[in-house]
Amino acid sequence: MESSSPITPRSLQAILVGGSAGAVEVVSLLLGALPAEFATPIVVLVHLPRHRPSALVGALRGKCGLALREPLDKEPLAPSTVYLAPPGYHLLIDQGPSFALSVDEPVNFSRPSIDVLFDSAADVLGPGCAGVILSGANPDGAHGLRAIQAAGGLVAVQDPDDAAQGAMPRAALALCPEADRLSAKGICQWVQQLSAWHNSSSRGAR
Amino acid sequence: MSEEFDIELPLLLEAIHLKYGYDFRRYAISSLKRRLEQALQDLGYSSLSALQERVLREPEIMRGLLAHLTVQVSEMFRDPSFYRALRDKVVPYLRTYPSLKVWIPGCATGEEVFSLAILLREEGLLDRTLIYATDINPEALRKAEGGIYALDRIADFSKAYCEAGGRASLSDYYTAGYNAALFDKSLRERVLFSDHSLATDSVFAEVQLITCRNVLIYFDRTLQDRAVGLFRDSICRKGFLGLGAKETLALSTHAAEFEELVREERIYQRR
Repeated sequence: MESSSPITPRSLQAILVGGSAGAVEVVSLLLGALPAEFATPIVVLVHLPRHRPSALVGALRGKCGLALREPLDKEPLAPSTVYLAPPGYHLLIDQGPSFALSVDEPVNFSRPSIDVLFDSAADVLGPGCAGVILSGANPDGAHGLRAIQAAGGLVAVQDPDDAAQGAMPRAALALCPEADRLSAKGICQWVQQLSAWHNSSSRGAR
Repeated sequence: MSEEFDIELPLLLEAIHLKYGYDFRRYAISSLKRRLEQALQDLGYSSLSALQERVLREPEIMRGLLAHLTVQVSEMFRDPSFYRALRDKVVPYLRTYPSLKVWIPGCATGEEVFSLAILLREEGLLDRTLIYATDINPEALRKAEGGIYALDRIADFSKAYCEAGGRASLSDYYTAGYNAALFDKSLRERVLFSDHSLATDSVFAEVQLITCRNVLIYFDRTLQDRAVGLFRDSICRKGFLGLGAKETLALSTHAAEFEELVREERIYQRR
């Protein structure tokens, strides 16, 4: 990794979004707000009961103009695609970047676990990833968000007072006090801005 | 993860390979890192170098590490729809063979072995089947052979068994003790438990069916190709391969040698 290069949004390779109870509504709002030309891959992990195929794919498909699916093992991250973590597996970012799955023990009583996804993204993508924590009733994701921040990635947390369940964003803010604290609407703008920044600066570089 | 950890990781894998023959060098790095971090914590070492120093000299520590690097806890009839598809789409073909061989690589503690043995029994095929259940972890193989599972897991197993199209009640196949369920010995009579590595060993038999579910996800693409190559060489013409719900042959160099039989259940047929 070119650790000496400045942290520019141009190097943004993925936006990771984690949440639990009360997060589906925000994800739905977020995906609905994204333009069809939104390039950066988005990886969404929401704790859900195990269904196959995931109920979330059905619920969110049609809400956004981007391709939306559960990733397969070793599938490379593609632009303009929203990936939903499949229930029953941990989802990790591996070299490539590509996806890797595991059925290792639950972490924070969760599989998939946001910490597992965010830790692996921080490790592989470093400053090339951004992390968002949404509404939820358990502390999963706080350590992972801190790992992303420590690796130089941008981080945002839904304001606990704005979230349907405040425990998850509160835990995240306790470990990442400097994270941007935003309303659901603010999260939508934050993500859009990331990509707009990304697109204009990559065009400018060519 | 620290820079030192990233340097020490390949060195440790090389050392393990040279000393013990276990080859983790082509495992998917993201999961491997998590497992090694956990191993450092549980075994009480401050660095992979410190662990390596002991692993090289004490086989007992290698055994402890092996448990961290390999064991996956599976469930009986995980993804019931897979087993339903096996019954509906694959069993009719299997019936046409006078004798059957089945290979379950990476069988870990045997949940999939007993699931398949029960399915084959209910389809009247188990008596003419030989199941090879293989793994690299001797401790896991011993557990698999024992056929004993914690009682608190049985409710989930029973539910999945029913959803998988089970013809009876799962309780017909085990006796419950204090905290454990012991599965019927007769289910194991047709199973051969054995040491085999998809990373270093070769094909040992021609089989009609391989189920290898959520094992390849721990390998990188190169090792996946090696493993699928073994499957191709082992499965007879028109034989079957079942993978995990999120595994695909689409990215494999051997993709063209298989046909999708039940796409959504990842059941393939050898061309």
